[in-house]
Amino acid sequence: MKHWRYFLPLAVFVAFIGVAAWQLTRPRDDFVHSAMIGKEVPAFDLPSAVGDRPGLSTANLKDGKPKLLNIWASWCIPCAAEAPQLARLQEAGATIVGVAIRDRPEDVAAFLDRYGNPYARIGRDDLSKVQLSIGSSGVPETFVVDGNGVIRYQHIGDVRPEDVKLLLSKLEEAKR
Amino acid sequence: MIAELGLAALWLAAALAVLQLVFGTIFTFKSAEKAEFSQIVRPAAAMQGVLCALSFLILTWLFARTDLSVKLVAMNSHSMKPMIFKIAGTWGNHEGSMLLWVTVMAMAGALIALIERRLPERTMMATLAAQAFVGLGFYAFLLFSSNPFERLDPPALEGMGLNPLLQDIGLAFHPPTLYFGYVGLSVAFSFAVGALLTRQVTPDFARAMRPWVLGAWIFLTVGITAGSYWAYYELGWGGWWFWDPVENASLMPWLAATALLHSVSVLAARDALRAWTIMLGVVAFSMSMVGTFLVRSGILTSVHAFAVDPERGSFLLALLAIYIGGALLVFAVRAGSVTEGERFSLVSREGALVVNNVMLSAILGVVLLGTLYPLLTEAFDVRVSVGPPYFNPVSAIFALPMLLVMAVGPLLRWRHDNAKRIRPELILIAVLGLVTLAGVVAFAGIAVLPTLGIALAVVVIVASVMPLRGRKLRLLPLATWGMVIAHLGIGVSLLGMASETAFTQEKLAAVKVGDTTQVGPWTIKLDRIDPVAGPNWTALEGVLEASYRGGKPVIIDPQSRNFWSPPQETNESALITRWNGQLYAVLGREAGEGRWQLRLWWKPLVTLIWIGGMMVALGGALALIGRVYTDLRRRRVMRKAVERRSEASA
Repeated sequence: MKHWRYFLPLAVFVAFIGVAAWQLTRPRDDFVHSAMIGKEVPAFDLPSAVGDRPGLSTANLKDGKPKLLNIWASWCIPCAAEAPQLARLQEAGATIVGVAIRDRPEDVAAFLDRYGNPYARIGRDDLSKVQLSIGSSGVPETFVVDGNGVIRYQHIGDVRPEDVKLLLSKLEEAKR
Repeated sequence: MIAELGLAALWLAAALAVLQLVFGTIFTFKSAEKAEFSQIVRPAAAMQGVLCALSFLILTWLFARTDLSVKLVAMNSHSMKPMIFKIAGTWGNHEGSMLLWVTVMAMAGALIALIERRLPERTMMATLAAQAFVGLGFYAFLLFSSNPFERLDPPALEGMGLNPLLQDIGLAFHPPTLYFGYVGLSVAFSFAVGALLTRQVTPDFARAMRPWVLGAWIFLTVGITAGSYWAYYELGWGGWWFWDPVENASLMPWLAATALLHSVSVLAARDALRAWTIMLGVVAFSMSMVGTFLVRSGILTSVHAFAVDPERGSFLLALLAIYIGGALLVFAVRAGSVTEGERFSLVSREGALVVNNVMLSAILGVVLLGTLYPLLTEAFDVRVSVGPPYFNPVSAIFALPMLLVMAVGPLLRWRHDNAKRIRPELILIAVLGLVTLAGVVAFAGIAVLPTLGIALAVVVIVASVMPLRGRKLRLLPLATWGMVIAHLGIGVSLLGMASETAFTQEKLAAVKVGDTTQVGPWTIKLDRIDPVAGPNWTALEGVLEASYRGGKPVIIDPQSRNFWSPPQETNESALITRWNGQLYAVLGREAGEGRWQLRLWWKPLVTLIWIGGMMVALGGALALIGRVYTDLRRRRVMRKAVERRSEASA
């Protein structure tokens, strides 16, 4: 081919069409998954977000018992929607610790009065620092953390009734 | 009835496009036997323009009256919306904007069919056939997958509103402006394909194509500049460019059009760079289409929320494959037979333009790669987001040398020049650049890119007026004025960008009513918080007294607005513009204990960014007027000459 270079633009374009067509046919996953799964939670020490529950630090997550780490806020409507499911998880024996994002103590107290309080501890994360450091990009999110403080699983969005079983089995796995 | 009339007009226009395509193609390949076929192509193109315009006016009418029996109106409008936004709502949605696209395209087709007479008839017919071919895809898209006139039975009781962020005068004119640009490039595309098919890549072809490229480029420049300012004051983030996929989708055609604009001038003046010009003609419109595809198909995520629909995405991709693939195939097969044309030495006007073209293309490649990179890595299950840390330095690698060449290029002569001839100018530019550089490094101590940016901006500003030296300003052609002003605008804009990047001061404060805070040279007092209400929103308005270096206070009132249909919260920023910069204020939430969050920026020289952008567009407009005027005069002289010759021989 004498003028092969004139075919270069066409070749680049064909490659683009290929990638784009392949992308279009794939189901889209709009969730941004945490890059921290399988890693240890970064060190933090949050003060208490509400009077009757202690704050949360990395040490609390490394006490040998797997836990659910729930990222939530009183101003978040899906968080209210998932409250009954969290209560069921707690009844089933799960230890749930919370991180309240950009919240005020009085609002947190009002929320817990109204929707119940499944949390053993609630840390106060006013600048979303801890939230971002564990790779959560929204509220609510629920992480399964094993007894050594390693993130094993991430659930994005509110916990629906059908998710309860899966989360309990992930907790069970984290014991091993 | 009215909606059906609009739909009928659209179908008729599509039928005419079929006619135009078939007859134009037959003429292109069998012009000897089917000479009469050309008679039908031009009227078909003209009528298409009329029918599309009618169809678009009807849709506008439906929106103005808020006809809720039309699905599109019910989904996107609201009877309580101010009239201007009802009308802007016509193109503020997928279907309406596609209809606008088709309409502008059909009207451009009508215009070339009616006025363009200097090219060989075969090339013209091939061009119009190509234009019809591209048009048909969009007609099919509209009629089969995005019918704007679809009815809703029973009619809705009330419309579903319009995104409140989009209820802004900027929106009313920003997308149409970009569309005019994209569609102008479609004309250049058709010209390029027509010229390739008939192997008529001549200076005449370049002159016929140039006004369309220039026109498209002016609209793109205005569209990008206005869009950037709109994002700046409306989004309330204080930024003016985010390298968002949608912004890149408008920047890429602009870069290609800028390169094309310069290479088409070389072709018109010197009959050189033939294949390269054709290639850019194809690429410029391709970039418009790729951009449209990327943002409309939803395969890239963007702050610009467009209705995302995989079916539409597939449709657009198919159109893309046919048009761009087809044109690039014709290019691959035919370009070899289009000889490169006249030669020139590296140190010459052409040489500088070639360097500029290569650099622009490289920047285009950088932006394209950055925009598509997330798509590529997803193929390997890696999620990445590409942002300023990539785009800024990597595009600067090419932009900085390009701007240097831009400063020097206009001083060079066509074909062959000697650097010694312009040595005094070169020395002046170099000294100026180095002194500024040293000054900024010594006194400001800012990051590398803005430092280089400021020095380069000074160089460009001074160098771009140099072509005026020693010339009678009154006799200078308009096109030259255009070039000088456009290049000057680039320098001005660059100065604004560098200054904003380097010297912006930001303050996030929680302020009680009556308290003051500082940002840069400004003292700002929160006077009070007032509730205010608009036609479809309520807001809290912060009344601020801002005083510059203790001077007389100026009142500004940023708002935090709540729209109720659909419910959404937005921030209306408030600005104070001075000659040396802007104060930018945003009111945030209540921070508790009677304190309010205030976000304040002092942005020195930021307005130069958009002033420069408008200067670039103004330069383009002057060049366009100058070129069209010269062309008309040239044609008149030619006609007279022909008449005289025929008189003499009679």
